[in-house]
Amino acid sequence: MAEILVLAEHSDASVKKVTTELLTLARRFGEPSVVWVGAGAADAQPRLAEFGATTVYVAGDAELDDYVVAPKAELLASLVASKSPAAVLVASTAEGREIAGRLAVKTGSGVLTDAVGMDEGFVAEQSIFGGAIIVQSRVRTGTPIVAVRPNAIAPEPAPSPGPAQLENVTVAVSDVAKTARILERVVAERGERPELTEASIVVSGGRGVGNAENFALIEKLADSLGAAVGASRAATDAGWYPHQFQVGQTGKTVSPQLYVAVGISGAIQHRAGMQTSKTIMVINKDPEAPIFELADFGVVGDLFQVVPQLTEEIEKRAEG
Amino acid sequence: MNIVVCLKQVPDTYSERKLRAADSTLDRDAADGVMNELDEYAVEEGLRLAEAHGGEVTILTMGPEKASESIRKALSMGADKAVHLIDDALAGSDALATSAALAAVLGRIGFDVVILGSESTDARMGVMGAMLAERLGVPQLSFASKVEIDGSDISINRQADYGYDRVQATLPAVISVVEKINEPRYPSFKGIMAAKKKPVERLSVADIGIDPGQVGLASAATEVVSFASRPPRQAGTVVKDEGDGGVKAAEFLAAQKFI
Repeated sequence: MAEILVLAEHSDASVKKVTTELLTLARRFGEPSVVWVGAGAADAQPRLAEFGATTVYVAGDAELDDYVVAPKAELLASLVASKSPAAVLVASTAEGREIAGRLAVKTGSGVLTDAVGMDEGFVAEQSIFGGAIIVQSRVRTGTPIVAVRPNAIAPEPAPSPGPAQLENVTVAVSDVAKTARILERVVAERGERPELTEASIVVSGGRGVGNAENFALIEKLADSLGAAVGASRAATDAGWYPHQFQVGQTGKTVSPQLYVAVGISGAIQHRAGMQTSKTIMVINKDPEAPIFELADFGVVGDLFQVVPQLTEEIEKRAEG
Repeated sequence: MNIVVCLKQVPDTYSERKLRAADSTLDRDAADGVMNELDEYAVEEGLRLAEAHGGEVTILTMGPEKASESIRKALSMGADKAVHLIDDALAGSDALATSAALAAVLGRIGFDVVILGSESTDARMGVMGAMLAERLGVPQLSFASKVEIDGSDISINRQADYGYDRVQATLPAVISVVEKINEPRYPSFKGIMAAKKKPVERLSVADIGIDPGQVGLASAATEVVSFASRPPRQAGTVVKDEGDGGVKAAEFLAAQKFI
């Protein structure tokens, strides 16, 4: 079977969920090999084996992480040259897409981003124009490079584990790839909540929340569900919640199992970022709000009444 | 400082966006065209850098005749001049070909900084900054929420899921911006009048030394196989809160096994 390269996303030895999703997808079309940048590969090996990895190419050189994107694209390009994989899969995150873009230029290959599914021949399904149109696209030049949206594929362990053989690889990073140096990573406080694009439940607040302090209500509901917190553009523009949590056309695209929209009217700008969520729940006082068109379940009511009651009810059920 | 802002005219998000049945490309006639929203922030950042450090702001766009509307808007905001890469051969170009064409123009006109929005509202790939940096062999300073320039040193805050990275480089460089970076200005009446006299250079693919056979729909490295409208979501249940809205919501979540 053909080899498919999967670029792992991880923090140290902890494999991000999207990587297990990419492995699940890659197994359908070939033998997945993981490309692992940085430390932690040995500890992550059982997890990668569980999801069917054949080989794990380990690039442990710390230098790869010291510069913006370019060294990782060089690493992948050298593996594409030496292994001739049938395709390269990355997570459709900001960095994943940029790595894919640079790799496409280096290898003269076509690149598709934000795939939500895949068929034979690496035909990718994409959901475009705010989710209004579903497109099937394919790469017809070079090695297909496909960035897959986190949470779009249900991760499943392989029927039998893969060998996940660790193989060290080295890449001589060129000077031109070392021109944008990362001086410092500034990690914002966000408690124990899951990452927005990876979370299986997202609770978002919008204009109806009214001010920054009231976002505590949204956070409490989110915490009762083990969810990530998102915000509409109205809320981030007003400074009520940090910009990196914005869900929408100019922010993050999320595809969770459950999306709870609180005090969000549902302008196309917002819908573009959450329309492919599996189940959508809406709490809004305006029965005419367009977000109700998407709702599997909606409550027309005052969020300051409904949300605390819902949070309390969830906590009660969790205890009981 | 020679500042080039790349911008893209896109179909207005608030009008109905369609693909053409004949070739699966964007139906530009079906929707109103507007400047890509994040590119307004790129124009603004270019103007601010020019105001702080001196220099000229040049707008670069690739697109059909209609794209001149967005050029005009950027010039009205205060940019000095524009280059419009316009050629029927470019229609249907994918990201790979677009980046090659833009890089060819940038190589020709020169730059200290190239600024663009971090993604467009139509294709939403978010790859153009990275591709241009790769092709031009200059630092990639993408997803910038803050830009500081001191002589030939440049540093940005690169927005990330976990917060941000402080990134440092030396000019020339490619910057892509997120909307947190600034608040774009509205064109003034004076700006609108002045824009009418500002020079717009029109270039064809031949002018930039690109083989027309290497760009456009026919030579794109990706293709749309098929497309269809998303089936509408099945209508859900909507209840009015009569004091028990939260409980009913919890019951729904329980029935769906979320709690």
